[in-house]
Amino acid sequence: MTALAFLGDFGSAIEFLFVSRESQTGGVQIGGREIWVEMLPRHLLLSGVAIAVACVVSIPISLWLGHIRKGRFIATTVANTGRAVPSFALIALFVAFLGVGFTNVALALVLLAIPPILTNTYVGVVQVDRETVDAARGMGMTGAQIVRQVELPMALPLIFGGLRISAVNVVATATIAPIAGYVTLGNPIINAQVYDTAGRLGAAIAVALLAVGADFLFGWLQRAVTPRGLQLTQPPRRSFLRRIVSSTQREVPTTP
Amino acid sequence: MIPLILAQADDFFRDRTTGVSQCVRDDGVCPGWIADNFDRYVTPFGEHVVLTVVSVVVGFLIALGFALLAHRRRWLVGPITGFTGVLYTIPSLSAFFILQPITGRGTTTAVIALVAYTLLIIFRNITLGLDGVPEEARDAARGMGYSDRQLLWKVELPLAVPEILAGLRIACTTTVGLATLAFFAGAGGLGGQIYADINFQSNVITAGLLCVLLAVALDLLLLGVERAVTPWQRARA
Repeated sequence: MTALAFLGDFGSAIEFLFVSRESQTGGVQIGGREIWVEMLPRHLLLSGVAIAVACVVSIPISLWLGHIRKGRFIATTVANTGRAVPSFALIALFVAFLGVGFTNVALALVLLAIPPILTNTYVGVVQVDRETVDAARGMGMTGAQIVRQVELPMALPLIFGGLRISAVNVVATATIAPIAGYVTLGNPIINAQVYDTAGRLGAAIAVALLAVGADFLFGWLQRAVTPRGLQLTQPPRRSFLRRIVSSTQREVPTTP
Repeated sequence: MIPLILAQADDFFRDRTTGVSQCVRDDGVCPGWIADNFDRYVTPFGEHVVLTVVSVVVGFLIALGFALLAHRRRWLVGPITGFTGVLYTIPSLSAFFILQPITGRGTTTAVIALVAYTLLIIFRNITLGLDGVPEEARDAARGMGYSDRQLLWKVELPLAVPEILAGLRIACTTTVGLATLAFFAGAGGLGGQIYADINFQSNVITAGLLCVLLAVALDLLLLGVERAVTPWQRARA
């Protein structure tokens, strides 16, 4: 109780994360164990399912669109629409029209995760030099081989860049899943009657750490999957591509 | 574990339980109710506009300062990107609560969190824009005797305007979305309206559409500004 007192509100919030106690309204144990065995695993499960489904849905489509070099309009529209619809409004719409539950909230998160992955994959494939693709074709590669052995590896850094943005977004938004009846780390924030200020602050800190963790993990993966030959080259500078990538990519490319 | 959402709602929507039409009692989409009750959304919409505009303007001024600093001292690009990147990664919902012990509940807290979120987007685009200025344009300006300051304000920044405005457009639409959570910081906005009666389809769809409309309107406004201040872009196209 007193060890973290000098941190004030933050001290009791951190304590909430590790030590269980009875809720204000009485009868229920809150904090501590509840967070680690109930909320965190569910938070991760929900986020993981949403991101996995978003990948399965969007990566094949955008690889194919990028390969045939069509669908620039679709990529831009998806990116813009994805930004214009607030994630909170999206989840609220799902609750109001489809009801509560894991499936509905996961579906809303899938919709949220698709735009960055789709746009980045598309741009990643389209930015591959035509000469490179021609060379591959000249070596007798089929369309499917070109996609798998040339375009996909060269697009991987951007694909993972998109995944990184989606992952951070989904982990952050999964916080409000309790309004759809699925308990995640955001429960102390949403169910304010059971939890006190320390609980809300503790949950907020946990979610922030989780988002930063997801960002680090996918940032590391992004560097790990970059083919060695690509680490030395500069991305091509084309205005349209730069415009949509600059909305989704994190790094500032430095000019020589 | 379904939360008692109605228990948290203010008295705002209470009167609809005594509502006249079956549609309202069924939580449906009722055009009549929306038309009759549209004035309920005016104040939250106003709060939403203020939150968004103030945050983007303040974010722009800070990011511009950072970008100009980094333009002179290149080595600062990395640290500033890293710092604003961390701010960008922390979910704004978390930030609203983490800031409360320090700044209290209210609009200030919400604006600080939203500003923190816009910094990376705007800083990155200003830097991209300044980097994209052709070396020939710089040489020509230097040849005409421009000082560093004149070069920046009369050549480099004007040429970077399309990129800067692209960043502002992204920042605006994103901030409209994040401001829907600002009610958790006690700053109102359309999100509070959604949350007040989240099971009522008419309410959710009206407030949600207003958010989307605001995002699109601000986007088009900035697009218009870009067209107006970069006449040379049209001449080339």
